[in-house]
Amino acid sequence: YSLNGVPCRGKVLTVDNMNPNVKRVEYAVRGPIVQRAVQIEKELREGVKKPFTEVIKANIGDAHAMGQKPITFLRQVLALCSYPELLEDNKFPEDAKKRAQRILGACGGHSIGAYSASQGIECVRQDVARYIEKRDGGIPSNPDNIYLSTGASDAIVTMLKLLVCGEGRDRTGVMISIPQYPLYSAALADLGAVQISYYLDEEKCWSLDVAELRRALNAARQHCNPRVLCIINPGNPTGQVQSRQCIEDVIRFAKEEHLFLMADEVYQDNVYAEGCKFHSFKKVLFEMGPEYSSTVEMASFHSTSKCYMGECGFRGGYMEVINMDPEVKTQLTKLVSVRLCPPVPGQALLDLVVNPPQPDEPSYITFMKERTAVLSALAEKARLTEQTFNAVPGITCNPVQGAMYTFPRITLPEKAIDKAKEEGKVPDMYYCMRLLEEEGICLVPGSGFGQREGTFHFRMTILPPTEKLKVVLQKIRDFHVRFTQEFS
Amino acid sequence: LSVNKAHISKLHPCMSLTPFNCTREMSVLQEISQNVRSIKQLEYAVLARRANQIQKELSQGVRKPYKELIDVCWGDPHSMDVKPLTFVRQVLAACVYPELMSSHKLPLDVRQRAQWLLGRCDGGSVGSYLAPTGIPEIVQRMSESIRSRDGGVPCNPDNIFISPGSQWSLTNIIQVLVNNEAPLRTGILTPVPCHVTTIMSIKSLGAAVIPYFLSEEHGWALQVEELQRALESAKGGCNPVALYVINPGNPAGYVQSRKSIQEVIQFASEKRLFLLADEVYQDCVYGKNSEFVSYKRVLAEMGPPFSDTVELASFHSVSKGFMGECGLRGGYVELVNLDPNVVKYIFNLICKDSTTPVLAHFAMDLMMNPPRPGDPSYPLYNQVRNATAHEVVNSLPGFSCQPVEGGAFVFPRVFLPPRAIQKAKEEGMQPDTFYCMRLLEEMGVLVSPGCEYGQKEGTYHIRFCIMASQDIIDQVLKRLTTFHTKFMKDFS
Repeated sequence: YSLNGVPCRGKVLTVDNMNPNVKRVEYAVRGPIVQRAVQIEKELREGVKKPFTEVIKANIGDAHAMGQKPITFLRQVLALCSYPELLEDNKFPEDAKKRAQRILGACGGHSIGAYSASQGIECVRQDVARYIEKRDGGIPSNPDNIYLSTGASDAIVTMLKLLVCGEGRDRTGVMISIPQYPLYSAALADLGAVQISYYLDEEKCWSLDVAELRRALNAARQHCNPRVLCIINPGNPTGQVQSRQCIEDVIRFAKEEHLFLMADEVYQDNVYAEGCKFHSFKKVLFEMGPEYSSTVEMASFHSTSKCYMGECGFRGGYMEVINMDPEVKTQLTKLVSVRLCPPVPGQALLDLVVNPPQPDEPSYITFMKERTAVLSALAEKARLTEQTFNAVPGITCNPVQGAMYTFPRITLPEKAIDKAKEEGKVPDMYYCMRLLEEEGICLVPGSGFGQREGTFHFRMTILPPTEKLKVVLQKIRDFHVRFTQEFS
Repeated sequence: LSVNKAHISKLHPCMSLTPFNCTREMSVLQEISQNVRSIKQLEYAVLARRANQIQKELSQGVRKPYKELIDVCWGDPHSMDVKPLTFVRQVLAACVYPELMSSHKLPLDVRQRAQWLLGRCDGGSVGSYLAPTGIPEIVQRMSESIRSRDGGVPCNPDNIFISPGSQWSLTNIIQVLVNNEAPLRTGILTPVPCHVTTIMSIKSLGAAVIPYFLSEEHGWALQVEELQRALESAKGGCNPVALYVINPGNPAGYVQSRKSIQEVIQFASEKRLFLLADEVYQDCVYGKNSEFVSYKRVLAEMGPPFSDTVELASFHSVSKGFMGECGLRGGYVELVNLDPNVVKYIFNLICKDSTTPVLAHFAMDLMMNPPRPGDPSYPLYNQVRNATAHEVVNSLPGFSCQPVEGGAFVFPRVFLPPRAIQKAKEEGMQPDTFYCMRLLEEMGVLVSPGCEYGQKEGTYHIRFCIMASQDIIDQVLKRLTTFHTKFMKDFS
């Protein structure tokens, strides 16, 4: 009872009665280490002295934050869409104006501020379908099977929301790779789905082995109803680009075991290593013949956040659903309408990505120059990173074949592991926190992505500009040597 | 209302449309979330399908009594020819393509704002990710604007969480409230009539809707006795945890009085309910005697114990108001009096989501910090809005329309003759859907039926949007008048 006799009551919404699933949600990419990094940045601004003058946030795949420049053509069209009066301005090239007019013509009241259809603007979906057909050597793509979304993450979560059902031993199980991009584990926790982990093989460049899939699946059948298999290709955090054979094996496995395939392909343009090539799951599926192509149910995901665009802030993305039962498609269409529609500027941006300047258009040369510059810089940085880390005793690094990250394995001395335990931290978190405090470099510990018991890793992006990246690599190298010595 | 039990819903394989399916094993996807299945198909879907057909026929040159369709179903001002605000679009364009700032004749305040906003982005680009809780300086300004709106009631920026739209925020908060491990299903008190997306959000999360009827005869007033009745009806069927209100209303265009808000707050306090206050239409107030006052402000002015105990989430967005930027997808929720430990989990949830577009966040700044008198863009920015559409409708025999004090819609009651109701039954339609279908066919105007939103048994309504150009409103009223007069005569 409070002073004036009014009864004190507890809160209506408490940690005990709130949704228990929400309590299980963690997202390492923005977890405690990032929060500490933000705090340190604040301290630096306030004039606190540190052994470094800035925090380098190599934790998140955000290209523009690391200084990558936007592609001119994309921004020109988006500016025209935002303020159509600019269409009168002769400083904008004709091909940009044409694209803007087409997009605006498909918007309510010719404005990007109008709601679009929940599934996305029809002409954009048509363009996406055409892009997919071209990419996959002519295999047909139906615009009705394209769902635009608020980034790829939104589409991934929507599919999981649709699929997860059942109780107890019948609860839907979802296979995800270890290591994985933690959106998946967070979404599964949120939905109360059962996570079925399958290990990628670090010794074999993080490749996927069907025997391991089978092992994980059979074990899981004891306690849940496995129905979904998620795969990220090119991989995050591991950067591997799966071989065509591997993709076929996965498809075959999915068919045999009656699993819905979710193929996260947001890094499809980010392929660097010699001899590696991006093979879309859909293309391989169809090339395996009608026995597979008319039965295996699949969704593949793409976005405007990665590749050469790096436009994370626009939240553009899509998924293509293949062989989805029409009744289920109705349910999916219903589900996406709860969020009204994806951001229209993101839809416009996606349209440009799938419909870029052609060789006979005025913006082509500049566009290709800028695109090539971004992708070749990434390829160079991938190579440099692998080389530098592999030269450090105690760090081994698989080739960064694609995507935007490196996920090296670090050897930690026993004493360091003990010290971490003392501080109540997971060993690679302890390592990364020390690195942050001493060098101002923010990475994400491997424990945030999952790894084999007893191994430790960190994920670093290869996005900082080359000169800065060299400095970062050198600092991590020096730190690692010091750290190892300290705990020897 | 049912006891919390998840079912696996299986369709017989032969129910799917592809004949090939009948001979093969059951599709993986035949089993899907029961929550998703429980979301009702919209009445609008039936009308939209016909509207699409008519559109095709018109473009093929088929002769009709009208040259084009007018769709006034949705609260989407730009699609109804309301122009975007120049200041807003100039700033956004400059942020997207900063070259504009040097080479262009953009007003000084536009350039300054764009520079300030871009300076707050990582890498100086709108293409970088937003921190999940937004750009601190922008959120700070938002909190100051909220404080100013509420006559000085303090606003802590740490309690503001941005999102791609108010429905997104609402879904997140409801998600935290829903406990599927509890013995009884979580229930949320929801008004009748209520706009559909809220109902869909509640259902998609596996919660139960506990309907409470607004009183049409009293200008759609929210009556505490009715809240009480609704709460009683839920006993044993589900566990009521929250009370959802929308003010100004949708579809009904009421603006709650201070007294009404106080009563709701008292009720929520007594019955230990979490208050969800959807206030997206706060800038759309027309009635001469109406004034929007926020739930937060009334709560604060009620003083202790209410002001420091009642748990409240209030929602706003850039979709409505003068900006009407529905397509940008920007909104936020402000949390009041929540347990800080719960807020930590909400933060985690939002981190994983992290999907507010940068332009939408900028739009929040523009909405809450518009040009001031003296700024170059100020004269163009200021708009006057009035709503007299409901008077026209009310004047038609067979219609009865409560005053529209706020919001984006008119929601008149239509007294359908028994013969019309009979005809509707014969055609397998809800009577008001039948009315809407006829209106679409004969006059090319698409409005939505009251059954979409819920209404008292035996009453029928239509809803249409009045956040449209004067031209469109005039056209709609003209066509509706002609149609209605004939319809009532034909079915008398």
